[in-house]
Amino acid sequence: MNPRSMNAQHEQGRRKAPEMNGNRPMALETDMQAPSLDVREGVDRETVETVANMGSYKYGWDTDIEMDYAPKGLSEDIIRLISAKNEEPDWMTDWRLQAYRRWLQMAEPRWAMLRYPQIDYQDQFYYAKPKSMTQRPKSLEDVDPKLLATYEKLGIPLKEQMLLAGVEGAEAVSPGRRVAVDAVFDSVSVGTTFKAELAKAGVIFCSISEAIREHPDLVRKYLGSVVPQSDNFFATLNSAVFSDGSFVYIPPNTRCPMELSTYFRINAENTGQFERTLIIADKGSYVSYLEGCTAPKRDIAQLHAAVVEIVLLDDAEVKYSTVQNWFPGDEEGRGGIYNFVTKRADCRGARSRVMWTQVETGSAITWKYPSCLLRGDDSQGEFYSIAIANNMQQADTGTKMVHLGKRTRSRIVSKGISAGRAQNTYRGLVSMHPRATDSRNYTQCDSLLIGDRCGAHTVPYIEVKNNSSRVEHEATTSKVDDDQLFYCRSRGMDEEEAVALVVNGFCREVLQALPMEFAMEAQALVAISLEGSVG
Amino acid sequence: MLEIKNLHVKLEDEDKVILKGVDLTVEAGKVHAIMGPNGSGKSTLSYVLSGRDGYRVTEGSATLDGADLLAMAPEERAAAGLFLAFQYPVEIPGVGNMTFLRTAVNAQRKARGEEEVSAADFLKLVRAQAKMLNIDADMLKRPVNVGFSGGEKKRNEILQMAILAPRMCILDETDSGLDVDAMRLVADGVNALRDGKRGFLVITHYQRLLDHIKPDVVHIMADGRIVRTGGPELALEVERNGYADILAEAI
Ligand SMILES: Nc1ncnc2c1ncn2[C@@H]1O[C@H](COP(=O)(O)OP(=O)(O)OP(=O)(O)O)[C@@H](O)[C@H]1O
Ligand SMILES: [Mg+2]
Repeated sequence: MNPRSMNAQHEQGRRKAPEMNGNRPMALETDMQAPSLDVREGVDRETVETVANMGSYKYGWDTDIEMDYAPKGLSEDIIRLISAKNEEPDWMTDWRLQAYRRWLQMAEPRWAMLRYPQIDYQDQFYYAKPKSMTQRPKSLEDVDPKLLATYEKLGIPLKEQMLLAGVEGAEAVSPGRRVAVDAVFDSVSVGTTFKAELAKAGVIFCSISEAIREHPDLVRKYLGSVVPQSDNFFATLNSAVFSDGSFVYIPPNTRCPMELSTYFRINAENTGQFERTLIIADKGSYVSYLEGCTAPKRDIAQLHAAVVEIVLLDDAEVKYSTVQNWFPGDEEGRGGIYNFVTKRADCRGARSRVMWTQVETGSAITWKYPSCLLRGDDSQGEFYSIAIANNMQQADTGTKMVHLGKRTRSRIVSKGISAGRAQNTYRGLVSMHPRATDSRNYTQCDSLLIGDRCGAHTVPYIEVKNNSSRVEHEATTSKVDDDQLFYCRSRGMDEEEAVALVVNGFCREVLQALPMEFAMEAQALVAISLEGSVG
Repeated sequence: MLEIKNLHVKLEDEDKVILKGVDLTVEAGKVHAIMGPNGSGKSTLSYVLSGRDGYRVTEGSATLDGADLLAMAPEERAAAGLFLAFQYPVEIPGVGNMTFLRTAVNAQRKARGEEEVSAADFLKLVRAQAKMLNIDADMLKRPVNVGFSGGEKKRNEILQMAILAPRMCILDETDSGLDVDAMRLVADGVNALRDGKRGFLVITHYQRLLDHIKPDVVHIMADGRIVRTGGPELALEVERNGYADILAEAI
């Protein structure tokens, strides 16, 4: 391909939709299938791919540990059992059952650009708990060493020392920087660090099962208030069967003294993970929260359906960052996590502000749209996303910005990267309600294609129902630029290094939105997840 | 050191022949200049030597210190000591100039089995070189070539060259678009690298640059061939009379 014409194509790919005012709902759709090119040195590419794929997923090992399973399948009895195992009060059991009955009436959504075989919901375990956790450990010292070793191997510190969440080989960490961790292993929380110190500041950070027992008033008030029980098929399933997850409460006018994080590990085979996270940021509070996830390599796909709810009262600010690195399946598309996630923040209070940042590199299937309900006047929502799909991965991800309050603002920056035979879709909704006068949205949505067998799709939905609000949408689709790659290679970088560098540059705005340690981890992850995408 | 023999090159996707038998040898320590009318194939020669896609070599050879350049990947050529200062340096959005340089240096060191350079040593090295080329700290932080002026881009190429310290430097019209002062800086940068062992192939249209970088040998390229080779006086002749006489003679 003539490298000069690539630039021209890049230019054409940049499309600026006119600003949209008034009552004009509109859906723009772009689709780009990479043009087919001759693969030069085809043998070489295959060799490179094979070698690269052998060692690319670092977290694919498993922990050999004795587990307690609830019987396979789903029924009211199973739900009662999960509830009983968690020693839940009746109201919680009833809540779950109510969700389950609703779920039975619902159909799995199929509108996303995702192709996967029918999921047999009766052929799964819904509860798996390490036997050693039967007696709830009083403190981290009592936790099974095998479990602690698992997290150590993952690079997650469960000792209360100065360490970082999920970061290996991070260079410059400011001294004294600490992160509190809630570690969730299959269906249960193994332990939470720095609880006592956080409690001094009035911050509650514990597993959701503990919160249901210890802080029932808060849980009852807020659980399901952002993502209602019957919001969607997967959220409803989660409401019925969620086993654990994290709970955070930040009291008024409190800046959480350290970063909080939850690390999810799926270990057991044939077991779904359904975690539920609830974060409540009271008036004038601030918290930065990180979420990481990994799973072993298995050739059978596993289901993950999580719900995250964030409540923000007046002047509260929450930053929620995710590095999602579930096992993506092998290069032929065998195995991997099916990731169906509902994440939503409710900016209830005036001037509250939420920022979602996600780096999605794992999972075979990703169905995920972290959203912001901007109800409070002058509230703000931001969504920064990097979604990488390589080999046979499929991602359908984006956000919803629902403007309900006056002078609300939102910003969306989405970077989608497709390689191998992957399909990557950005799907986003921006909605300005009649009352949301003088509101603004800016959306920038860039797609990058690596190779000639992948696809990138952009599906924005825009509805503006008042005359004073403004929505701007910019979208680009480009192929990784041959001139850039050659320039890097002529300076000595090999092709994979060159691609990683160019892609990291492409993702820069989003990487910068991450907390520093996470940004470094994410940068390395970008390189790793693109291994074998060129050759 | 650099030996090009009877090099024939056509475009990969079209039946267009661009180089029609180039013969050229640059000895260690020497500066060779190539001049020639637009479209005669100068940049193509530099791209083919550094391994850009889109061309097919149909005949001939090119070696660096005896090693077959044409069989190597671009990054292997770089690690072997070949460097091309681009006529049109490429922009890489989002990648800091320093990050780019450090990645390049370490990639080459790794390929040669050497240790990575430490962050502190690297910073020192870059600062010193950047100062000589009048490149400020801001330019080092900004994304590679993005929003750089024409002259800044060219100076940035010479900075990369100075830091990577290649054995064989090819400069493709590095002087084009430079103001008088910048031209001096670039020439000084090149002269500082002349150590009696390095080879230089300087592609240019103007005597101005050759006033500062004194070439040992001057070649005239036309229609994909070297049609005349001489000393520095050849460049002066071109400056005075243009290419008409030389071309007429060659035919
Ligand atoms: N990728 C390409 N596609 C089409 N034509 C090409 C390509 N590369 C080179 N050419 C053609 O080959 C010829 C030589 O080009 P080249 O850039 O090497 O010339 P040059 O001597 O460097 O010229 P200038 O002095 O203008 O820089 C020109 O006619 C050019 O149009
Ligand atoms: Mg040229």
